[in-house]
Amino acid sequence: MSEERKKRETPLLDELESGPWPSFVKEIKKADTAMADDLLGVLERSYEEKIGHWKHGGLVGVMGYGGGVIGRYSDLPQDFPEVAEFHTIRVNQPAGWFYTSDALRTIAGIWERHGSGMTNMHGSTGDIVLLGCKTQELEPVFAELTAAGFDLGGSGSDMRTPSCCVGQARCEWACYDTMGACYDFTQTYQDELHRPAFPYKYKLKFSGCPNDCVASVARSDMSFIGVWRDEIKVDAEQVKAYAAGGKLDIQKDVCDRCPTGCMKWDGAALEIDNANCVKCMHCINAMPKALAPGDDRGAAILIGAKAPIVGGALLASVFVPFIKMEPPYEDIKELLSRIWDLWAEHGKNRERVGEFIQRVGLGNFLEQIGLDPVPEMITAPRANPYIFYQDTVEDEA
Amino acid sequence: MSVSVDQVAEAMFQLVTETHGKKSLKAMDLTKAMIEKFGAAECDKELCKHAIRQLMDSGRCIYSYLGGSYITLPPDKA
Repeated sequence: MSEERKKRETPLLDELESGPWPSFVKEIKKADTAMADDLLGVLERSYEEKIGHWKHGGLVGVMGYGGGVIGRYSDLPQDFPEVAEFHTIRVNQPAGWFYTSDALRTIAGIWERHGSGMTNMHGSTGDIVLLGCKTQELEPVFAELTAAGFDLGGSGSDMRTPSCCVGQARCEWACYDTMGACYDFTQTYQDELHRPAFPYKYKLKFSGCPNDCVASVARSDMSFIGVWRDEIKVDAEQVKAYAAGGKLDIQKDVCDRCPTGCMKWDGAALEIDNANCVKCMHCINAMPKALAPGDDRGAAILIGAKAPIVGGALLASVFVPFIKMEPPYEDIKELLSRIWDLWAEHGKNRERVGEFIQRVGLGNFLEQIGLDPVPEMITAPRANPYIFYQDTVEDEA
Repeated sequence: MSVSVDQVAEAMFQLVTETHGKKSLKAMDLTKAMIEKFGAAECDKELCKHAIRQLMDSGRCIYSYLGGSYITLPPDKA
């Protein structure tokens, strides 16, 4: 530690180093820089005063881009000069978060030269998050990152960095190539990623199966969840092996927990009413050696999830029950284009697409984007009164 | 379309300059204003997207974040 550095007393934060659990205080101290000292100092002050001391937003960014840099300023710059500017940089992660050790060393080197040296691998959006940078260092960081083959991710009112699970790279349940789809959509929509043109953020997440390892159903405006539309594959001998093994009670642990009760076990054979299967994955997770997704695979598209920032949280709703996920994904891109056109033109400032649908009504939304309602959009019978059949349809009936 | 990207970019820049400090404009606000100014037959969303990119790449305008993303003048030009 250099002699000029001002030692910060942080008795309240030091408490967080005690105990057996991981401590972010301990990790920040390991950075052993003046920035880390002031970061802990301003946080200690917040603990003392029970208020935050960060300001957010402003005019910071890199030339030509409207996303990727989140402006952070301390409102106590005289007391904590090293974090007076402490901007966050989001870097577009590789699909599935696969890195070579060389790539990680490159990122770490850039960040030690120009930033705080502290990172958050990864942020909830999926990006590599580089924590703490002065304004004058933003362009040099950007130049070095792009020279190394990386690009910034999304922030603000743009399409956020798409993210995906590891998919077919490591998971036998993946019903489509999540990494391929994520990469394709990221490349197609570079303008929407870097130049904010929407009422608010729009997130795309790609999960290979209903286990939804990227939590797309809770966090993305449009989620692509891998499903199958034929029958669950059953290995009868392996089912018997599970029954004989004694660790799994097939009736209690599998059939009784099926949300639609579509499975029967008579002690010798497992029967599945596939027409009533809602692809929850529970039975497959419970008996992975005996059951597997069917062969006719694709994805369900869901829309409208969001976390509670401006309004309350929303879970995604089924929008397209099944679609084949095959490049170049033209049907999906056409649908996405129609959604963005409508929402961008009529959405209110900071209104997510799920809130927009609630405000205008799903029926009106579907009519405007030219998509027919289907029963899967309804969570329960008579629960969604906003779908009205046209007179012509009633007459035909 | 007889209206060029340069013309739309210039008109957008004038609008951002005139409203600076009075009203924050988003990309869609500028797009709607340009379609109204030049007419839908001469100016569409794609043309406006290119015009905004030109303004950003040239440094004449920048993005700001104030709850949402807006298009504004750089601090040294305001």
